[in-house]
Amino acid sequence: MELTAATTVRKPVAEVFAFWRDLQNLPTFMGHLKEIRTTGGRTSHWVADAPFGQNVEWDAEITDEVPAEKIAWRSTGDADVPNAGTVRFVPAPDGESTEVHVGLVYEIPGGAIGKAVAQYFGEEPHQQLDDDLRRFKQVLETGEVVRSDGAPWGKRAREEFPQRPAQPLSDAELEKGPDA
Amino acid sequence: MRANTWAGRNKVEVRDVPDPKILNNRDAIVRITSTAICGSDLHLVNGYVPTMQDGDVMGHEFMGEVVEVAPGVAPDRLRVGDRVVVPFPIACGACAACAAGLYSCCENTNPNAGIAEKMFGHPVAGIFGYSHLTGGFAGGQAQYARVPFADVGPLKIESDLTDEQVLFLSDILPTGYMGADMCDIRPSDVVAVWGAGPVGQFAMDSARVLGAAEVIAIDKEPYRLRMAAQAGHTPVNFEEVDVRSRLLELTGGRGPDKCIDAVGLEATHGSPHISAYDRVKQAVRSETDRPHALRQAIMSCRSGGVVSVIGVYGGLIDKFPAGAWMNRSLTLRTGQCHVHRYMKPLLERIERGEIDPTRIITHTLSLNEAERGFEMFKNKQDNCEKVVLKP
Ligand SMILES: NC(=O)c1ccc[n+]([C@@H]2O[C@H](COP(=O)([O-])OP(=O)(O)OC[C@H]3O[C@@H](n4cnc5c(N)ncnc54)[C@H](O)[C@@H]3O)[C@@H](O)[C@H]2O)c1
Ligand SMILES: [Zn+2]
Ligand SMILES: [Zn+2]
Repeated sequence: MELTAATTVRKPVAEVFAFWRDLQNLPTFMGHLKEIRTTGGRTSHWVADAPFGQNVEWDAEITDEVPAEKIAWRSTGDADVPNAGTVRFVPAPDGESTEVHVGLVYEIPGGAIGKAVAQYFGEEPHQQLDDDLRRFKQVLETGEVVRSDGAPWGKRAREEFPQRPAQPLSDAELEKGPDA
Repeated sequence: MRANTWAGRNKVEVRDVPDPKILNNRDAIVRITSTAICGSDLHLVNGYVPTMQDGDVMGHEFMGEVVEVAPGVAPDRLRVGDRVVVPFPIACGACAACAAGLYSCCENTNPNAGIAEKMFGHPVAGIFGYSHLTGGFAGGQAQYARVPFADVGPLKIESDLTDEQVLFLSDILPTGYMGADMCDIRPSDVVAVWGAGPVGQFAMDSARVLGAAEVIAIDKEPYRLRMAAQAGHTPVNFEEVDVRSRLLELTGGRGPDKCIDAVGLEATHGSPHISAYDRVKQAVRSETDRPHALRQAIMSCRSGGVVSVIGVYGGLIDKFPAGAWMNRSLTLRTGQCHVHRYMKPLLERIERGEIDPTRIITHTLSLNEAERGFEMFKNKQDNCEKVVLKP
């Protein structure tokens, strides 16, 4: 499966590139990622949420990198869901913003894992990536992911309708968090 | 706390809900001293805006006292104890839309941007108490509200103006003003305003302040037309006269130079069979909005004129007079109000006595009487023009 999406961030290319290149930042806005640990100059270990409270983990390496222009990576070893990605950074015509063009490729296996992945992406697989990039923009432009009463859980918010009502959260709900 | 909530179509209910808490780093909590019911709330209650849920706290016109500030808000911007009016669109102040002054199109404040994008092609800003499509933010018909980006939106009131004098800076005064501002008014202009509700009244006053030669008020409610006439505008009752002929008469056959639609998607029509046509289409969802006022504004406007739309539309309309619009070089301008842009200059106009926003208030009720307030405002009972609620 191939997904592409783009956003424009009102920050200079160097800053936007640097934020993405520090891969440990990715889980702040990518919905399914729990953690990325840098393990070397070009290598990293990724942990993602999987259905039924399990984790999927894999190692990745950066395969290509041109500062302030692009980053490409791919999973290594026997990842459950082999995947690869590229992100290109292009100065926007306004002279102050940066276009961010992302492409992701997943090799979806058969069996239970393949089913779970398909279920995760749902009928509109690009929606997840669009939302990830919206949050990426929010974090860079405003400092964090915006929360509302109807969609209070930041990157864990499900952008589906119905949601919880647009009324303040109770202490109990706040304590339980997004898994309640 | 007590809050007025959406309880299904045609029903609001004041209930106990949890007090709001800080969720983001630039939030503030405001203790609300005055809040109001808006024509936009009627669209929600009447069921024309999708993605409302039972229990949603309503209200987007409110002001009060800051009682808590998150650490990300600089103290020189806002502190506990400040008296503020809160603009209804939530804007980040940092994105390209905000930088261009298009605050109601802020690119960062709608956590449900994906839902909005499906409806509108591109997302729109978060709005308080105005459906999940615009973010699912609890509104201000309540004792307290959480205000995100509190260092961007709220306007501090440092003079001793009353709540009633400044409350409408949250929405309808800037909205009416933007309706007139989009008209690029020249001293020779005759400006016609469809709708003599609160938004229309302020559009009329603003057109006058911006120098229009004459302002015409179109509605069917005699008491609303009387209110406009008392403010110096020329009333036209669309149930009693043919609007187009009357406008031609009032403008020496030219038609109004600038036309403002302050009615929106629930317009009614003087001619019952046309009204029925759109009502049926709306009921079967082949048309979501009834655009009588917009059609009439386009047909009536002088060639080369501006049709400025501040009445709210939500979805699709039928029989849009594209031929009149195109062949007669009309300009169509519109938007949810970019309130932030207008608050300060309008506050100064209030301070100088150029605009008196209190002239439209007909009812002041306690928050607990919100249901009755909605009833009166919706059904035009007791000459109701604008309801202010006190929590
Ligand atoms: N653009 C914005 O940011 C913004 C902000 C606030 C309100 N609004 C919208 O402005 C509109 C007016 O708001 P309001 O609070 O004054 O509401 P309101 O319901 O009190 O007023 C609407 C008026 O229009 C009249 N009307 C109905 N059909 C008409 C027709 N065919 N011709 C002329 N008049 C007609 C009604 O009799 C009524 O007096 C609503 O659509 C509201 O949602 C927009
Ligand atoms: Zn309003
Ligand atoms: Zn913004």
